[in-house]
Amino acid sequence: MAKELAHPGDWVQVHSVILKAGERAPGVPDDTARVPLEMRVKGFCVHEARVGQPATVLTAAGRQVSGILVAVEPAYEHDFGRPVPELLKVAAALRRRYRDGGAGCD
Amino acid sequence: MTDGSYQAVMARKNQIIRASVGIDYEQFNTGRMTFDYEGMMRQTGYALAEIISIQRAAGVGNTPLLELRNLTRLARDTAEPGYGARILVKDEAANPSGSFKARRAAVSVFHAKRHGYPGVLAATSGNYGAAVASQAAIQGLNCIIVQEVYDSRGVGQPEIVEKGRVCEAYGAEVVQLSVGPELFYVALRLLEETGYFNASLYTPFGIAGIETLGYEIGMEVKERYGRPPDAVVVTHAGGGNVTGTARGLARAGCKDTTVIGASVDLRGLHMASDHDFNRKSFTTGHTGFGVPFATWPDRTDVPRNAARPLRYLERYVLVTQGDVFYTTEALAQLEGLERGPAGNTSLAAAIALAREMKSDEILVVQETEYTGAGKHPSAQLTFARESGVEIKLGDPALNVPGQVIIIPEQPEQVKVRDYDLDGARKSYLRNAVSNFGLSYVTTGEMEFLAAETRSDVQFVQAVLRELGVECPC
Repeated sequence: MAKELAHPGDWVQVHSVILKAGERAPGVPDDTARVPLEMRVKGFCVHEARVGQPATVLTAAGRQVSGILVAVEPAYEHDFGRPVPELLKVAAALRRRYRDGGAGCD
Repeated sequence: MTDGSYQAVMARKNQIIRASVGIDYEQFNTGRMTFDYEGMMRQTGYALAEIISIQRAAGVGNTPLLELRNLTRLARDTAEPGYGARILVKDEAANPSGSFKARRAAVSVFHAKRHGYPGVLAATSGNYGAAVASQAAIQGLNCIIVQEVYDSRGVGQPEIVEKGRVCEAYGAEVVQLSVGPELFYVALRLLEETGYFNASLYTPFGIAGIETLGYEIGMEVKERYGRPPDAVVVTHAGGGNVTGTARGLARAGCKDTTVIGASVDLRGLHMASDHDFNRKSFTTGHTGFGVPFATWPDRTDVPRNAARPLRYLERYVLVTQGDVFYTTEALAQLEGLERGPAGNTSLAAAIALAREMKSDEILVVQETEYTGAGKHPSAQLTFARESGVEIKLGDPALNVPGQVIIIPEQPEQVKVRDYDLDGARKSYLRNAVSNFGLSYVTTGEMEFLAAETRSDVQFVQAVLRELGVECPC
Protein backbone atom coordinates (compact mmCIF):
# COMPACT_ATOMS: atom_id res chain seq x y z
CA MET A 1 0.00 0.00 0.00
CA ALA A 2 1.23 3.45 -0.91
CA LYS A 3 2.62 5.43 2.01
CA GLU A 4 0.70 8.58 2.96
CA LEU A 5 3.16 10.16 5.41
CA ALA A 6 6.66 11.35 4.54
CA HIS A 7 9.31 11.79 7.21
CA PRO A 8 12.27 14.11 6.80
CA GLY A 9 14.77 12.41 4.46
CA ASP A 10 12.18 10.22 2.70
CA TRP A 11 12.37 10.09 -1.11
CA VAL A 12 9.20 11.76 -2.40
CA GLN A 13 7.62 13.48 -5.37
CA VAL A 14 6.04 16.95 -5.37
CA HIS A 15 3.73 18.47 -7.95
CA SER A 16 3.07 22.08 -8.91
CA VAL A 17 1.41 24.10 -11.64
CA ILE A 18 3.88 26.21 -13.62
CA LEU A 19 1.44 27.90 -16.00
CA LYS A 20 -2.32 27.91 -15.48
CA ALA A 21 -4.73 27.14 -18.30
CA GLY A 22 -5.11 30.43 -20.13
CA GLU A 23 -1.49 31.43 -19.42
CA ARG A 24 0.03 28.92 -21.85
CA ALA A 25 2.46 29.90 -24.60
CA PRO A 26 0.88 31.53 -27.63
CA GLY A 27 0.21 29.11 -30.45
CA VAL A 28 -0.22 25.88 -28.45
CA PRO A 29 -3.08 23.69 -29.69
CA ASP A 30 -6.48 24.28 -28.03
CA ASP A 31 -6.45 21.01 -26.08
CA THR A 32 -3.10 21.99 -24.54
CA ALA A 33 -4.12 25.61 -23.90
CA ARG A 34 -7.12 24.36 -21.89
CA VAL A 35 -4.94 22.53 -19.34
CA PRO A 36 -2.17 23.78 -17.02
CA LEU A 37 1.55 23.15 -17.48
CA GLU A 38 2.38 20.85 -14.58
CA MET A 39 5.69 19.91 -13.00
CA ARG A 40 6.72 16.87 -10.96
CA VAL A 41 10.05 16.73 -9.15
CA LYS A 42 11.54 14.10 -6.82
CA GLY A 43 13.83 14.63 -3.88
CA PHE A 44 14.40 14.04 -0.16
CA CYS A 45 11.57 15.48 1.90
CA VAL A 46 12.86 18.32 4.08
CA HIS A 47 10.15 18.05 6.72
CA GLU A 48 7.26 15.78 7.71
CA ALA A 49 4.29 16.02 5.30
CA ARG A 50 1.23 14.07 4.23
CA VAL A 51 0.22 13.35 0.65
CA GLY A 52 -1.88 16.28 -0.54
CA GLN A 53 -0.08 18.79 1.70
CA PRO A 54 2.59 21.33 0.71
CA ALA A 55 6.11 19.94 0.94
CA THR A 56 9.67 21.00 0.17
CA VAL A 57 12.23 18.57 -1.24
CA LEU A 58 16.00 18.60 -1.68
CA THR A 59 16.74 17.35 -5.20
CA ALA A 60 19.67 15.31 -6.50
CA ALA A 61 21.17 18.56 -7.81
CA GLY A 62 20.85 20.15 -4.35
CA ARG A 63 17.93 22.49 -5.10
CA GLN A 64 15.01 23.04 -2.77
CA VAL A 65 11.73 22.67 -4.62
CA SER A 66 8.26 23.14 -3.13
CA GLY A 67 4.95 21.73 -4.25
CA ILE A 68 2.14 19.47 -3.17
CA LEU A 69 3.31 16.07 -1.98
CA VAL A 70 1.94 13.49 -4.42
CA ALA A 71 3.93 10.34 -3.63
CA VAL A 72 6.16 8.89 -0.95
CA GLU A 73 8.81 6.57 -2.40
CA PRO A 74 7.37 6.92 -5.92
CA ALA A 75 7.71 3.70 -7.92
CA TYR A 76 8.83 3.21 -11.49
CA GLU A 77 5.83 1.54 -13.02
CA HIS A 78 6.92 1.20 -16.64
CA ASP A 79 7.66 -2.33 -17.80
CA PHE A 80 8.05 -4.49 -20.89
CA GLY A 81 4.30 -4.74 -21.45
CA ARG A 82 2.40 -7.78 -22.63
CA PRO A 83 3.47 -10.19 -25.38
CA VAL A 84 2.46 -8.71 -28.72
CA PRO A 85 0.91 -11.51 -30.84
CA GLU A 86 1.69 -9.70 -34.09
CA LEU A 87 5.38 -9.44 -33.20
CA LEU A 88 5.51 -13.06 -32.05
CA LYS A 89 4.21 -14.13 -35.47
CA VAL A 90 6.71 -11.94 -37.28
CA ALA A 91 9.55 -13.30 -35.14
CA ALA A 92 8.51 -16.89 -35.83
CA ALA A 93 8.35 -16.23 -39.58
CA LEU A 94 11.83 -14.69 -39.53
CA ARG A 95 13.21 -17.71 -37.66
CA ARG A 96 11.53 -20.13 -40.08
CA ARG A 97 13.14 -18.33 -42.98
CA TYR A 98 16.74 -19.11 -42.08
CA ARG A 99 16.67 -21.81 -39.42
CA ASP A 100 16.08 -25.48 -40.08
CA GLY A 101 13.05 -26.50 -38.05
CA GLY A 102 12.72 -22.96 -36.69
CA ALA A 103 9.94 -22.84 -34.13
CA GLY A 104 6.86 -20.96 -35.14
CA CYS A 105 3.29 -21.07 -36.27
CA ASP A 106 1.79 -21.10 -39.75
CA MET B 1 13.11 40.23 -7.70
CA THR B 2 13.41 38.77 -11.20
CA ASP B 3 10.13 38.50 -13.09
CA GLY B 4 9.52 34.77 -13.65
CA SER B 5 6.47 35.15 -15.90
CA TYR B 6 6.48 33.43 -19.28
CA GLN B 7 6.69 36.68 -21.23
CA ALA B 8 9.45 38.18 -19.06
CA VAL B 9 11.64 35.07 -19.12
CA MET B 10 11.26 34.60 -22.88
CA ALA B 11 12.19 38.27 -23.34
CA ARG B 12 15.44 37.59 -21.45
CA LYS B 13 16.18 34.49 -23.57
CA ASN B 14 19.24 35.91 -25.35
CA GLN B 15 21.01 37.07 -22.20
CA ILE B 16 20.24 33.83 -20.36
CA ILE B 17 21.60 31.80 -23.28
CA ARG B 18 24.71 33.93 -23.57
CA ALA B 19 25.53 33.38 -19.91
CA SER B 20 24.70 29.69 -19.97
CA VAL B 21 26.42 28.71 -23.22
CA GLY B 22 29.28 31.20 -23.19
CA ILE B 23 28.84 32.05 -26.85
CA ASP B 24 28.02 35.50 -28.14
CA TYR B 25 26.15 34.46 -31.26
CA GLU B 26 25.94 38.00 -32.58
CA GLN B 27 29.62 37.95 -33.49
CA PHE B 28 28.81 35.49 -36.30
CA ASN B 29 26.15 37.66 -37.90
CA THR B 30 27.23 38.95 -41.29
CA GLY B 31 24.00 40.71 -42.19
CA ARG B 32 20.34 41.01 -41.29
CA MET B 33 19.86 37.28 -41.96
CA THR B 34 23.22 35.79 -42.95
CA PHE B 35 25.83 34.42 -40.56
CA ASP B 36 29.19 32.70 -40.72
CA TYR B 37 28.26 29.06 -40.11
CA GLU B 38 31.77 27.62 -40.45
CA GLY B 39 33.15 30.40 -38.23
CA MET B 40 30.60 29.45 -35.60
CA MET B 41 31.56 25.78 -35.85
CA ARG B 42 35.24 26.70 -35.35
CA GLN B 43 34.19 28.60 -32.21
CA THR B 44 34.00 25.26 -30.42
CA GLY B 45 37.71 25.75 -29.85
CA TYR B 46 38.33 22.03 -30.20
CA ALA B 47 39.95 20.33 -33.17
CA LEU B 48 38.75 16.86 -34.20
CA ALA B 49 41.76 15.23 -32.51
CA GLU B 50 40.93 17.01 -29.22
CA ILE B 51 37.30 15.92 -29.43
CA ILE B 52 38.38 12.33 -29.99
CA SER B 53 40.64 12.55 -26.95
CA ILE B 54 37.89 14.15 -24.77
CA GLN B 55 35.50 11.38 -25.81
CA ARG B 56 38.01 8.56 -25.24
CA ALA B 57 38.74 9.87 -21.76
CA ALA B 58 35.00 9.65 -21.03
CA GLY B 59 34.61 6.15 -22.50
CA VAL B 60 32.75 7.48 -25.54
CA GLY B 61 33.10 6.46 -29.18
CA ASN B 62 35.17 3.85 -31.01
CA THR B 63 32.04 1.69 -31.00
CA PRO B 64 31.89 -1.58 -32.98
CA LEU B 65 31.00 -1.40 -36.67
CA LEU B 66 29.11 -4.64 -37.21
CA GLU B 67 28.37 -6.31 -40.52
CA LEU B 68 24.76 -7.48 -40.45
CA ARG B 69 25.16 -10.61 -42.56
CA ASN B 70 21.69 -12.00 -42.00
CA LEU B 71 19.87 -8.72 -42.60
CA THR B 72 22.01 -8.26 -45.73
CA ARG B 73 20.86 -11.72 -46.81
CA LEU B 74 17.27 -10.73 -46.07
CA ALA B 75 17.63 -7.61 -48.24
CA ARG B 76 19.26 -9.61 -51.07
CA ASP B 77 16.63 -12.36 -50.92
CA THR B 78 13.93 -9.74 -51.46
CA ALA B 79 15.80 -7.71 -54.12
CA GLU B 80 16.33 -8.11 -57.86
CA PRO B 81 19.31 -10.33 -58.78
CA GLY B 82 22.59 -8.43 -58.31
CA TYR B 83 21.02 -6.02 -55.83
CA GLY B 84 21.13 -5.83 -52.05
CA ALA B 85 23.95 -3.75 -50.54
CA ARG B 86 26.04 -5.00 -47.66
CA ILE B 87 24.52 -3.51 -44.48
CA LEU B 88 26.76 -2.41 -41.62
CA VAL B 89 25.64 -0.89 -38.33
CA LYS B 90 27.56 1.31 -35.92
CA ASP B 91 26.63 -0.13 -32.54
CA GLU B 92 26.32 3.18 -30.71
CA ALA B 93 24.44 1.46 -27.88
CA ALA B 94 27.96 0.54 -26.70
CA ASN B 95 28.51 4.14 -25.53
CA PRO B 96 28.34 4.70 -21.73
CA SER B 97 24.74 5.93 -21.73
CA GLY B 98 23.59 3.61 -24.51
CA SER B 99 23.36 5.92 -27.52
CA PHE B 100 25.33 8.20 -29.84
CA LYS B 101 24.14 11.13 -27.72
CA ALA B 102 27.08 10.42 -25.40
CA ARG B 103 29.29 11.93 -28.13
CA ARG B 104 27.37 15.21 -27.96
CA ALA B 105 27.24 15.25 -24.19
CA ALA B 106 30.93 14.42 -23.66
CA VAL B 107 32.10 17.62 -25.35
CA SER B 108 29.45 19.88 -23.77
CA VAL B 109 30.02 18.58 -20.26
CA PHE B 110 33.83 18.72 -20.65
CA HIS B 111 33.46 22.33 -21.79
CA ALA B 112 31.18 23.16 -18.83
CA LYS B 113 33.69 21.67 -16.40
CA ARG B 114 36.65 23.48 -17.96
CA HIS B 115 34.86 26.82 -17.79
CA GLY B 116 33.89 26.39 -14.14
CA TYR B 117 30.12 26.03 -14.42
CA PRO B 118 28.65 24.50 -11.23
CA GLY B 119 26.44 22.09 -13.18
CA VAL B 120 24.83 21.26 -16.51
CA LEU B 121 21.23 21.41 -17.66
CA ALA B 122 19.56 19.94 -20.73
CA ALA B 123 15.96 20.23 -21.88
CA THR B 124 15.33 16.92 -23.61
CA SER B 125 12.94 14.00 -23.47
CA GLY B 126 15.34 11.78 -25.41
CA ASN B 127 18.50 9.73 -24.93
CA TYR B 128 20.44 12.97 -24.67
CA GLY B 129 19.28 13.38 -21.07
CA ALA B 130 20.90 10.09 -20.07
CA ALA B 131 24.01 11.09 -21.99
CA VAL B 132 24.37 14.43 -20.19
CA ALA B 133 23.60 12.83 -16.81
CA SER B 134 26.18 10.10 -17.42
CA GLN B 135 28.88 12.52 -18.56
CA ALA B 136 28.09 14.86 -15.64
CA ALA B 137 28.61 11.90 -13.31
CA ILE B 138 32.04 11.29 -14.88
CA GLN B 139 33.01 14.96 -14.57
CA GLY B 140 31.58 15.33 -11.07
CA LEU B 141 29.08 18.05 -12.02
CA ASN B 142 25.51 18.50 -10.86
CA CYS B 143 22.91 17.86 -13.53
CA ILE B 144 19.29 18.80 -14.20
CA ILE B 145 17.31 17.25 -17.05
CA VAL B 146 14.00 18.85 -18.03
CA GLN B 147 11.61 16.45 -19.76
CA GLU B 148 8.13 16.50 -21.30
CA VAL B 149 6.66 13.30 -19.85
CA TYR B 150 2.98 13.42 -18.93
CA ASP B 151 -0.32 14.29 -20.53
CA SER B 152 -2.95 16.19 -18.52
CA ARG B 153 -4.30 12.91 -17.11
CA GLY B 154 -0.88 12.29 -15.57
CA VAL B 155 -0.22 9.37 -17.93
CA GLY B 156 3.49 9.16 -18.73
CA GLN B 157 4.96 8.17 -22.10
CA PRO B 158 6.67 4.85 -21.23
CA GLU B 159 9.65 5.59 -23.46
CA ILE B 160 10.21 8.91 -21.69
CA VAL B 161 9.49 7.55 -18.21
CA GLU B 162 12.34 5.12 -18.82
CA LYS B 163 14.60 7.93 -20.00
CA GLY B 164 13.79 9.78 -16.79
CA ARG B 165 14.61 6.71 -14.70
CA VAL B 166 18.00 6.32 -16.34
CA CYS B 167 18.81 10.02 -15.75
CA GLU B 168 18.03 9.49 -12.07
CA ALA B 169 20.20 6.38 -12.10
CA TYR B 170 23.11 8.61 -13.20
CA GLY B 171 22.40 11.03 -10.36
CA ALA B 172 20.52 13.79 -12.19
CA GLU B 173 17.56 15.79 -10.93
CA VAL B 174 14.75 15.19 -13.40
CA VAL B 175 12.13 17.92 -13.82
CA GLN B 176 9.13 16.18 -15.33
CA LEU B 177 6.66 18.39 -17.19
CA SER B 178 3.33 17.89 -18.88
CA VAL B 179 2.93 18.39 -22.64
CA GLY B 180 3.89 21.71 -24.18
CA PRO B 181 6.64 23.78 -25.77
CA GLU B 182 7.06 25.73 -22.52
CA LEU B 183 9.69 23.13 -21.63
CA PHE B 184 12.17 25.76 -22.86
CA TYR B 185 10.66 28.43 -20.62
CA VAL B 186 11.18 26.16 -17.60
CA ALA B 187 14.73 25.39 -18.74
CA LEU B 188 15.53 29.11 -19.07
CA ARG B 189 14.17 29.79 -15.58
CA LEU B 190 16.29 27.00 -14.15
CA LEU B 191 19.41 28.22 -15.97
CA GLU B 192 18.87 31.65 -14.43
CA GLU B 193 18.30 30.18 -10.99
CA THR B 194 21.28 27.79 -10.98
CA GLY B 195 23.91 29.39 -13.24
CA TYR B 196 24.38 25.98 -14.85
CA PHE B 197 25.79 25.41 -18.33
CA ASN B 198 23.11 24.92 -20.97
CA ALA B 199 24.13 21.63 -22.59
CA SER B 200 21.83 22.45 -25.49
CA LEU B 201 21.55 19.84 -28.22
CA TYR B 202 22.19 22.55 -30.76
CA THR B 203 25.48 24.25 -29.80
CA PRO B 204 28.59 23.90 -31.94
CA PHE B 205 30.06 21.76 -29.11
CA GLY B 206 27.27 19.23 -29.38
CA ILE B 207 27.42 18.96 -33.15
CA ALA B 208 31.22 18.76 -33.18
CA GLY B 209 30.85 15.77 -30.85
CA ILE B 210 28.93 13.85 -33.53
CA GLU B 211 31.55 14.50 -36.19
CA THR B 212 33.62 11.68 -34.68
CA LEU B 213 30.79 9.26 -35.50
CA GLY B 214 30.90 10.02 -39.23
CA TYR B 215 34.68 10.11 -39.11
CA GLU B 216 34.97 6.68 -37.45
CA ILE B 217 32.55 5.17 -39.99
CA GLY B 218 34.41 6.64 -42.96
CA MET B 219 37.86 5.61 -41.75
CA GLU B 220 36.88 2.11 -40.67
CA VAL B 221 34.95 1.25 -43.83
CA LYS B 222 37.85 2.44 -45.96
CA GLU B 223 40.33 0.41 -43.93
CA ARG B 224 38.23 -2.75 -43.84
CA TYR B 225 36.73 -2.76 -47.34
CA GLY B 226 39.22 -0.61 -49.24
CA ARG B 227 36.56 1.92 -50.26
CA PRO B 228 34.34 4.54 -48.64
CA PRO B 229 30.72 3.65 -47.85
CA ASP B 230 28.39 4.26 -50.79
CA ALA B 231 25.67 5.56 -48.49
CA VAL B 232 25.12 6.26 -44.82
CA VAL B 233 21.59 6.36 -43.46
CA VAL B 234 20.97 8.54 -40.42
CA THR B 235 17.90 8.71 -38.17
CA HIS B 236 16.79 12.32 -38.49
CA ALA B 237 15.00 14.33 -35.81
CA GLY B 238 16.48 17.64 -34.64
CA GLY B 239 19.15 17.59 -37.34
CA GLY B 240 22.29 17.14 -35.23
CA ASN B 241 22.77 13.51 -36.16
CA VAL B 242 22.63 14.29 -39.89
CA THR B 243 24.79 17.41 -39.60
CA GLY B 244 27.52 15.91 -37.40
CA THR B 245 27.69 12.61 -39.27
CA ALA B 246 27.90 14.28 -42.68
CA ARG B 247 30.63 16.65 -41.50
CA GLY B 248 32.58 13.75 -40.00
CA LEU B 249 32.31 11.71 -43.21
CA ALA B 250 33.69 14.69 -45.13
CA ARG B 251 36.60 14.90 -42.68
CA ALA B 252 37.31 11.21 -43.37
CA GLY B 253 37.52 12.03 -47.08
CA CYS B 254 34.24 10.34 -47.99
CA LYS B 255 33.16 13.04 -50.42
CA ASP B 256 31.05 10.75 -52.59
CA THR B 257 29.17 8.99 -49.79
CA THR B 258 25.46 9.75 -50.02
CA VAL B 259 23.97 10.99 -46.75
CA ILE B 260 20.37 9.83 -46.37
CA GLY B 261 18.08 10.94 -43.54
CA ALA B 262 15.31 8.67 -42.26
CA SER B 263 12.39 9.51 -39.98
CA VAL B 264 9.31 7.72 -38.72
CA ASP B 265 6.27 9.18 -40.45
CA LEU B 266 4.03 10.71 -37.80
CA ARG B 267 2.54 13.37 -40.04
CA GLY B 268 -0.95 14.27 -38.86
CA LEU B 269 -0.13 14.17 -35.14
CA HIS B 270 0.43 17.54 -33.47
CA MET B 271 3.57 17.43 -31.35
CA ALA B 272 2.33 20.02 -28.83
CA SER B 273 -1.11 18.46 -28.45
CA ASP B 274 -2.05 17.08 -25.04
CA HIS B 275 -4.32 14.53 -26.73
CA ASP B 276 -1.90 13.39 -29.45
CA PHE B 277 1.08 13.11 -27.08
CA ASN B 278 0.35 9.57 -25.94
CA ARG B 279 -0.97 8.37 -29.30
CA LYS B 280 2.48 8.15 -30.82
CA SER B 281 4.72 5.17 -30.22
CA PHE B 282 7.93 7.03 -31.06
CA THR B 283 9.01 10.08 -29.12
CA THR B 284 12.00 10.86 -31.33
CA GLY B 285 13.36 10.13 -34.81
CA HIS B 286 10.05 11.20 -36.32
CA THR B 287 8.71 13.78 -38.75
CA GLY B 288 7.36 15.92 -35.88
CA PHE B 289 10.97 17.02 -35.35
CA GLY B 290 12.53 16.03 -38.66
CA VAL B 291 10.44 18.25 -40.93
CA PRO B 292 10.26 21.48 -38.87
CA PHE B 293 13.95 21.33 -37.93
CA ALA B 294 14.93 20.85 -41.57
CA THR B 295 12.71 23.65 -42.83
CA TRP B 296 13.66 26.05 -40.02
CA PRO B 297 16.53 25.03 -37.72
CA ASP B 298 16.51 28.22 -35.64
CA ARG B 299 13.56 27.18 -33.47
CA THR B 300 15.64 25.97 -30.52
CA ASP B 301 17.07 27.16 -27.22
CA VAL B 302 20.05 28.83 -28.96
CA PRO B 303 19.88 31.76 -31.41
CA ARG B 304 21.80 29.95 -34.18
CA ASN B 305 21.34 26.22 -34.41
CA ALA B 306 24.57 24.40 -35.28
CA ALA B 307 22.46 21.52 -36.62
CA ARG B 308 21.45 22.53 -40.16
CA PRO B 309 20.30 19.31 -41.83
CA LEU B 310 19.22 20.81 -45.16
CA ARG B 311 22.87 21.72 -45.75
CA TYR B 312 23.75 18.02 -45.72
CA LEU B 313 20.74 15.86 -46.62
CA GLU B 314 20.98 14.37 -50.08
CA ARG B 315 17.86 12.27 -49.65
CA TYR B 316 15.22 12.07 -46.94
CA VAL B 317 13.05 8.97 -46.55
CA LEU B 318 10.17 8.05 -44.26
CA VAL B 319 9.27 4.73 -42.71
CA THR B 320 6.27 3.79 -40.58
CA GLN B 321 6.17 2.85 -36.90
CA GLY B 322 5.26 -0.71 -37.99
CA ASP B 323 8.36 -0.92 -40.24
CA VAL B 324 10.59 0.00 -37.30
CA PHE B 325 8.98 -2.47 -34.90
CA TYR B 326 9.37 -5.20 -37.54
CA THR B 327 13.02 -4.32 -38.10
CA THR B 328 13.69 -4.24 -34.35
CA GLU B 329 12.31 -7.77 -34.17
CA ALA B 330 14.41 -8.83 -37.20
CA LEU B 331 17.58 -7.42 -35.64
CA ALA B 332 16.97 -9.49 -32.51
CA GLN B 333 15.87 -12.70 -34.30
CA LEU B 334 18.44 -12.70 -37.11
CA GLU B 335 21.42 -10.82 -35.69
CA GLY B 336 21.12 -11.51 -31.98
CA LEU B 337 21.07 -7.80 -31.16
CA GLU B 338 18.29 -6.40 -28.98
CA ARG B 339 18.36 -2.66 -29.59
CA GLY B 340 16.06 0.31 -30.12
CA PRO B 341 13.37 0.66 -31.22
CA ALA B 342 13.58 4.40 -32.08
CA GLY B 343 17.28 4.05 -32.93
CA ASN B 344 16.34 1.42 -35.52
CA THR B 345 14.51 3.96 -37.68
CA SER B 346 17.50 4.20 -40.02
CA LEU B 347 17.92 0.41 -39.97
CA ALA B 348 14.33 -0.05 -41.15
CA ALA B 349 15.04 2.38 -43.99
CA ALA B 350 18.27 0.50 -44.74
CA ILE B 351 16.45 -2.77 -45.46
CA ALA B 352 14.52 -1.00 -48.21
CA LEU B 353 17.43 1.17 -49.39
CA ALA B 354 19.80 -1.82 -49.62
CA ARG B 355 17.41 -3.42 -52.14
CA GLU B 356 17.88 -0.40 -54.44
CA MET B 357 21.67 -0.70 -54.29
CA LYS B 358 24.01 -3.17 -56.02
CA SER B 359 25.24 -6.11 -53.99
CA ASP B 360 28.84 -4.88 -54.11
CA GLU B 361 27.87 -1.56 -52.49
CA ILE B 362 28.11 -0.69 -48.81
CA LEU B 363 25.32 0.91 -46.79
CA VAL B 364 26.06 1.99 -43.22
CA VAL B 365 23.41 2.49 -40.55
CA GLN B 366 25.07 4.90 -38.18
CA GLU B 367 23.45 4.14 -34.83
CA THR B 368 21.78 1.76 -32.45
CA GLU B 369 20.43 2.67 -29.00
CA TYR B 370 19.91 0.73 -25.79
CA THR B 371 16.59 -0.90 -25.04
CA GLY B 372 14.84 -1.50 -21.72
CA ALA B 373 11.57 -1.37 -19.84
CA GLY B 374 9.24 1.19 -21.46
CA LYS B 375 11.60 1.61 -24.38
CA HIS B 376 10.90 -1.65 -26.13
CA PRO B 377 8.50 -2.89 -28.85
CA SER B 378 6.34 -4.88 -26.44
CA ALA B 379 6.17 -1.98 -23.96
CA GLN B 380 5.36 0.59 -26.62
CA LEU B 381 2.83 -1.54 -28.47
CA THR B 382 1.11 -2.57 -25.23
CA PHE B 383 0.84 1.13 -24.35
CA ALA B 384 -0.42 1.99 -27.84
CA ARG B 385 -3.10 -0.69 -27.64
CA GLU B 386 -4.18 0.54 -24.19
CA SER B 387 -4.33 4.08 -25.61
CA GLY B 388 -6.82 2.96 -28.26
CA VAL B 389 -4.42 2.54 -31.19
CA GLU B 390 -5.22 -0.46 -33.38
CA ILE B 391 -2.32 -2.84 -34.08
CA LYS B 392 -2.42 -5.41 -36.86
CA LEU B 393 -0.37 -7.28 -39.42
CA GLY B 394 -0.46 -6.22 -43.04
CA ASP B 395 0.78 -3.52 -45.36
CA PRO B 396 2.42 -0.76 -43.28
CA ALA B 397 1.68 1.77 -46.02
CA LEU B 398 -1.93 1.72 -44.81
CA ASN B 399 -1.02 2.92 -41.30
CA VAL B 400 -2.59 6.03 -39.79
CA PRO B 401 -0.37 7.68 -37.16
CA GLY B 402 -2.19 7.78 -33.81
CA GLN B 403 -4.88 5.37 -35.01
CA VAL B 404 -3.48 2.27 -36.71
CA ILE B 405 -0.03 0.69 -36.56
CA ILE B 406 0.47 -1.97 -39.21
CA ILE B 407 3.36 -4.38 -38.78
CA PRO B 408 4.64 -5.91 -42.03
CA GLU B 409 4.14 -9.65 -42.42
CA GLN B 410 6.96 -10.00 -44.93
CA PRO B 411 10.30 -8.20 -45.30
CA GLU B 412 9.26 -7.11 -48.81
CA GLN B 413 6.66 -4.87 -47.17
CA VAL B 414 9.32 -2.76 -45.42
CA LYS B 415 9.56 0.21 -47.75
CA VAL B 416 10.71 3.82 -47.73
CA ARG B 417 8.73 6.78 -49.00
CA ASP B 418 10.80 9.68 -50.29
CA TYR B 419 10.15 13.03 -48.69
CA ASP B 420 10.38 15.77 -51.31
CA LEU B 421 13.56 17.66 -50.38
CA ASP B 422 12.85 20.40 -52.92
CA GLY B 423 9.58 20.92 -51.08
CA ALA B 424 11.53 21.18 -47.82
CA ARG B 425 13.90 23.69 -49.44
CA LYS B 426 10.95 25.80 -50.58
CA SER B 427 9.51 25.68 -47.05
CA TYR B 428 12.85 26.82 -45.67
CA LEU B 429 12.92 29.77 -48.08
CA ARG B 430 9.30 30.66 -47.26
CA ASN B 431 10.23 30.63 -43.56
CA ALA B 432 13.27 32.85 -44.21
CA VAL B 433 11.13 35.35 -46.11
CA SER B 434 8.50 35.43 -43.41
CA ASN B 435 10.81 35.38 -40.35
CA PHE B 436 13.09 38.12 -41.69
CA GLY B 437 10.36 40.03 -43.53
CA LEU B 438 12.34 39.95 -46.78
CA SER B 439 11.05 42.10 -49.63
CA TYR B 440 14.37 41.98 -51.53
CA VAL B 441 17.62 39.99 -51.28
CA THR B 442 21.21 40.67 -52.30
CA THR B 443 23.45 38.31 -54.29
CA GLY B 444 25.31 37.43 -51.10
CA GLU B 445 22.07 36.58 -49.34
CA MET B 446 21.01 34.34 -52.22
CA GLU B 447 24.35 32.51 -51.99
CA PHE B 448 23.81 32.05 -48.24
CA LEU B 449 20.31 30.69 -48.82
CA ALA B 450 21.63 28.32 -51.51
CA ALA B 451 24.21 26.95 -49.03
CA GLU B 452 21.55 26.68 -46.33
CA THR B 453 19.34 24.59 -48.63
CA ARG B 454 22.02 22.63 -50.51
CA SER B 455 20.66 24.11 -53.74
CA ASP B 456 21.92 26.80 -56.10
CA VAL B 457 21.33 30.48 -56.69
CA GLN B 458 19.00 29.78 -59.64
CA PHE B 459 16.75 27.61 -57.46
CA VAL B 460 16.71 30.19 -54.67
CA GLN B 461 15.98 33.00 -57.14
CA ALA B 462 13.08 31.14 -58.75
CA VAL B 463 11.46 30.35 -55.40
CA LEU B 464 11.96 33.85 -53.98
CA ARG B 465 10.51 35.47 -57.10
CA GLU B 466 7.45 33.26 -56.80
CA LEU B 467 7.12 34.61 -53.26
CA GLY B 468 7.27 38.18 -54.58
CA VAL B 469 10.78 38.89 -53.28
CA GLU B 470 12.90 41.20 -55.42
CA CYS B 471 16.14 39.45 -56.52
CA PRO B 472 19.19 40.74 -58.39
CA CYS B 473 19.45 39.46 -61.97
